[in-house]
Amino acid sequence: MQKSFLLYFLITLVGVVFIGRLFQLQIIRGEKYDPIHNAAVKTEYDYPERGYIYDRNGVLLVANQISYDVMMQPNQVVALDTLEFCKLLKITKKDFLRRYQKADAFASYLPSVFLKQLAKEDFAFLQEKLHKYRGFFIQKRIIREYPINAAANVLGYIGEVNEQLAKTNSYYQAGELIGKDGIEKQYEDFLRGRKGKKYFNRNNFNKVTGSFKNGDKDTLAKNGKDLKLTLDIQLQEYAQKLMKGKRGGIVAIEPSTGEILALVTAPSYDPNMLVGRKRSKNSVILMDPENLAKPTYDRGLKASYPPGSPFKMMNALIGLQEGVITQKTSFYCYHGYQYGGRASDFMGCHCGIYGQPIQLKTAIAKSCNSYFSNIYKRIIQKNNKPSEGLDAWSEHVKSFGLGNYLGYDLPQGSPGLIPTGKYYDDMYRYAWSASTNISNAIGQGEVQTTPIQLANFTAAIANKGFFYTPHILKEVNNTPIDFLDFTKKKQTTIDREHFTPVIEAMYEVFNTGTGRWSQVKGIEICGKTGTSENYAVVNGERIKLEDHSILVAFAPKDNPKIALAIFVENGGYGSAIAAPISSLLIEQYLNGKISEATKYRETNMMKISLQAEYDKLIPKKKVEIEEGTK
Amino acid sequence: MRRERNNIFAGIDWLLVLIFIVLVSFGWFNIYSASKTEEDLELLSFSTEYGKQLIFIFLTIPLIITILFFNSEFYEKFSGIFYIVSLATLAGLFLFGKTINGATSWYSFGVLGLQPSEFVKAFTALAVAKLISDRQYSFKLVKNQIKAFVVVFIPAFLITLQPDVGSALIYLSFFLVFHREGLTLNYIISGVLVIVLFILTILFGVSWVLFGFFILISILSAYAIYRGGKRFLRFNWYKIIALYVVVAILIIGSGYAYTTVFKQHHRDRFEILLGLKKDNQGIGYNSYQSELTISSGGFNGKGFLKGDLTQGDFVPEQHTDYIFSVIGEEWGFVGSSFVIILFMILLYRIVYLAETHTNKFGRIYGYSLASILFFHVIVNVGMVIGLLPTVGIPLPFFSYGGSSLWGFTILLFIFVRLDAHKNHDL
Repeated sequence: MQKSFLLYFLITLVGVVFIGRLFQLQIIRGEKYDPIHNAAVKTEYDYPERGYIYDRNGVLLVANQISYDVMMQPNQVVALDTLEFCKLLKITKKDFLRRYQKADAFASYLPSVFLKQLAKEDFAFLQEKLHKYRGFFIQKRIIREYPINAAANVLGYIGEVNEQLAKTNSYYQAGELIGKDGIEKQYEDFLRGRKGKKYFNRNNFNKVTGSFKNGDKDTLAKNGKDLKLTLDIQLQEYAQKLMKGKRGGIVAIEPSTGEILALVTAPSYDPNMLVGRKRSKNSVILMDPENLAKPTYDRGLKASYPPGSPFKMMNALIGLQEGVITQKTSFYCYHGYQYGGRASDFMGCHCGIYGQPIQLKTAIAKSCNSYFSNIYKRIIQKNNKPSEGLDAWSEHVKSFGLGNYLGYDLPQGSPGLIPTGKYYDDMYRYAWSASTNISNAIGQGEVQTTPIQLANFTAAIANKGFFYTPHILKEVNNTPIDFLDFTKKKQTTIDREHFTPVIEAMYEVFNTGTGRWSQVKGIEICGKTGTSENYAVVNGERIKLEDHSILVAFAPKDNPKIALAIFVENGGYGSAIAAPISSLLIEQYLNGKISEATKYRETNMMKISLQAEYDKLIPKKKVEIEEGTK
Repeated sequence: MRRERNNIFAGIDWLLVLIFIVLVSFGWFNIYSASKTEEDLELLSFSTEYGKQLIFIFLTIPLIITILFFNSEFYEKFSGIFYIVSLATLAGLFLFGKTINGATSWYSFGVLGLQPSEFVKAFTALAVAKLISDRQYSFKLVKNQIKAFVVVFIPAFLITLQPDVGSALIYLSFFLVFHREGLTLNYIISGVLVIVLFILTILFGVSWVLFGFFILISILSAYAIYRGGKRFLRFNWYKIIALYVVVAILIIGSGYAYTTVFKQHHRDRFEILLGLKKDNQGIGYNSYQSELTISSGGFNGKGFLKGDLTQGDFVPEQHTDYIFSVIGEEWGFVGSSFVIILFMILLYRIVYLAETHTNKFGRIYGYSLASILFFHVIVNVGMVIGLLPTVGIPLPFFSYGGSSLWGFTILLFIFVRLDAHKNHDL
């Protein structure tokens, strides 16, 4: 028996090792094994309908339409009359061969898209003839449709999921559709719904042999949710019309809710350009980095400019809150303000009230630079160190949502810039004073804001000290949203009583001040005009361009329904273009129409084109735009 | 001479017969599952593989009766002739054989083929038993060792020429028999050492393994010298040097053989197994798919005819070499370990019975049978469960194929016959 030991031992050893390995494979690994990822199970997706999008009044903005792709499975194709076939599809023979080879190279036993998104009339015609060509068939796809040519920047667009995303996100397969910008991207999860899955058994030759586990694991598609936006499409369209021939952004907000009523960027594009067969050609044009008009760049959200004179209200409010001035405090203006020892340390002013005491209300109405330089200096010098004064100032400014992303529900944005004490400490190695950055007093220094931030700032003034984060989504499947971010009141650091004199002054702007030419009968508009200087370097030569035209406004004065900010690039004085456009928008929104008395204003605004100004920027070489340096 | 004309079944070991029946029947159900098509059931038909196999299975009955009909002296006496004839059939392949997949392993008779190598194993076992059972034979003599090696080497060599390296490899199993009959264990130990050196060389490259082993030998020698002192060194210094030289030759030889003698597809198989290369869609597809199929069976299996990877034909050669993966998928851990245990019982039983033989011939034959089956199971199952490189040999009694089934049936039932006779002698 001794001699048989080796064989007994080996048999036992091998038996134990094999059973151990089977245990590892079937019990340990088998546990994690999901039959659905098995090669023998084929998954077919049932695509739900993407949610529709409406404006605040229920006007349909985005719908779905059916499109037809010509599909081809190369290994089923038999000899065909190429000439006739090409004529049918309206392609050249060369194109035919290229498409055929591409599909064949991909996989000859799988169907691939031969020709995308047929025109409807082509489809009807083709459907009757296509049965003659084996291996070709038509597949239905659902694509977007935009009944109204407006708000492309808000709505965004959908596009195909790329390989990279498909790898990192298990929900998507390459080639499926996903929101790429705007609402489509922001609220993809609501809009897409949930695709249904059907599982089939298949064999090694990819042939389906029956349903997997009698369809027990199959899931039904769940349609996407319909969204209602806060946007007033009528106002949006009207604003876009008024901005024709101009570049800039308009943001209008309902102060009592933070709902965005209009979000305009100019120039924009027709959302239907990014649908259908011309899509790829159009997207190249729209996204061309050489195109200075930048139609896909949302100026309302992203363009950050020095705010100019509207920022004076901010300094007035901070001055009042910090107690460095009262409503009655007056300063003198001598055609400007001498803020330093040297002759050049002088800020000019065109308020027209020289050598007399000026009070807050007048200062705002007449936009007196000297007045606000005085306030600013007092704010910064309130504490021992300028950086402490500036930090306090900065805190107040930021409580209005400036200097950072506001937190609205659109995927584009820019934080703007509100400097802090440290910012100047670093820049000037602690050797600075209020005089160093006196331009902040009039919104021209380092301060940068976006139109939506300015609109929100205006809404906070209209509300006398608080705001709701601006947002674009109103309802999901007819249920009002309850996102805490958008329903919670945000308080600013300025006490309510300080807003009254500022609002009175803003009313004065439209009554007697720079905005008086843009009054609307029966509506008490409060606002503030502004300009922002800017320069450009064209062919190495620094040229001064026409100022950017800025305006913030809200109305009516006592029960504000709309607050807005307008920015027109190179539009000149705020009172020239921005003020009339804002008054038209306010009139349109509050009255629902433009009265005969102001019709001329509308006609004028629609006529104005700043193209000549923009053409100065057309580069022979490289262009840099330097905004508002002083 | 006594003839058991009255009852050819007298004294046979029914446990072996029972295990044979269980293995063959279970095997057929798995072949059916792996090869069934959507067409109508066609049992006992040459048009389907499972039908053909069923015919082969039924034909084992007259085969077994015939084997049992002769008495054990017959097998002992004619073993030499059987051996020579079987070698002739192997040699004849080079004249009349049919080449399938690059190997000339088959005689073709219309729809049927005959693979002589499957039968030669049994007759080589008889020849080995005959040679070693001689009273004068002793493994102590190198001359005798060489005789035994030659008997085993000739068929293995002829099969290698076909070329069918997998089937030839099985002849290494005879070393277990030789060891039982007195051959020093050094041969097996050296063999294992060569394999270990070979694998290490592939894994880490010639220079590292060389370096490692030289250090290992040096440490061991230093230890031996430390324990044994000068005396040890005086008597063993040449052994130490020889060890260095032999190990160096083996390692360098392995590296050389691997890069020049081996073909690319051999290298690929080794590299995939050792995890040096990953290619689940190309050369590694079979192993990957086979492992996946077995894993998917889980504890209980998916049930007969319900394995979707088996039914979808995802494992190539599944009814032949990869039949074990069907068991793994459809019968789960329970079914596949049952089969392993069944084979273990079969092997234990054969070894146990062989040891009870007073007659050396029967014992040696029994050992040969056990060793051959053992090697087949190791190489085949080891490959299917991803522990050994891809070598295409059948799983005894399971895999599809008439030659293999009959070859193993003959191998087994000659032993059943010899074993039954043993009892008559008493």
